[in-house]
Amino acid sequence: MEDDEMPIEVLLVEDSPGDVRLTQEAFRDSGKPVRLHLAADGIEAMAFLRREGIYANAPRPDLILLDLNLPKMDGREVLALIKKDQDLKIIPTIILTTSDDEADVMISYQLQANCYLRKPAHWDAFDSLVRSINAFWLTRAKLPQQMQNV
Amino acid sequence: MKKIVLLVEDSPGDVRLTQEAFRDADPQIDLRVAVDGVEAMAYLRREGAHIGASRPDFILLDLNLPKMDGREVLAHIKEDEDLKTIPTVILTTSDAEADVVTSYRLQANCYLSKPVQLEEFESLVKSINDFWLTRVKLPQQALGN
Repeated sequence: MEDDEMPIEVLLVEDSPGDVRLTQEAFRDSGKPVRLHLAADGIEAMAFLRREGIYANAPRPDLILLDLNLPKMDGREVLALIKKDQDLKIIPTIILTTSDDEADVMISYQLQANCYLRKPAHWDAFDSLVRSINAFWLTRAKLPQQMQNV
Repeated sequence: MKKIVLLVEDSPGDVRLTQEAFRDADPQIDLRVAVDGVEAMAYLRREGAHIGASRPDFILLDLNLPKMDGREVLAHIKEDEDLKTIPTVILTTSDAEADVVTSYRLQANCYLSKPVQLEEFESLVKSINDFWLTRVKLPQQALGN
């Protein structure tokens, strides 16, 4: 299909530079045309999604990877804002966090996160996890198409 | 721990294929089947014959179902404070963009198109097992709170 060539826009909301780097590398090796955009805190993530300020021309992401513990505005609040917004709520939003707290898992699903993944501590496992996100969400899953005027 | 998957599917052939593919992927998975939307909701709400039913860890939901359509089942699940935390993945032959968008709007956790070829169907079920039932952290069963 022709639209296989369309780059997939992914927004990564992550404040740890090391984790950003690992995610970038794992996506780069995926063989898929992925454009990874970065927001280092919750305020920046919402500005990107709402196309405010310097993000006036930001593309709408096809997929969001969201950490929970973020400066300025926490990931739980970002998730709640995304899922309350009639326009943004259809973007699959994956929680990717070091938190193993059962309360965080539960609250994320209550707020309608699309799935919850725990960030592994080791590089190999982290790489393998990002690859599995690629394999499942960018290949298997059908994502909502970019809508122009709807 | 045994994971319970609720498959909501009216096609006996697809039920059979899904059962076999899960059995091959992980024999520990306990697959329950509801053949229409009314049965799915009765199972989830533990009504009638389903009074002792276990809460599923994961739901695979077809869209085109008799009695109550999958979109309506999805809306009921995601409006229910207790049921909404169960990851619900749409698995349907429909490729229509309107169905994809409606499903995500109703807060489906993911949308998958059912492949026509047998091998691809098996491979998809295996990937559901590898990702959703292995990688993903599912919410724990809420015990009375």
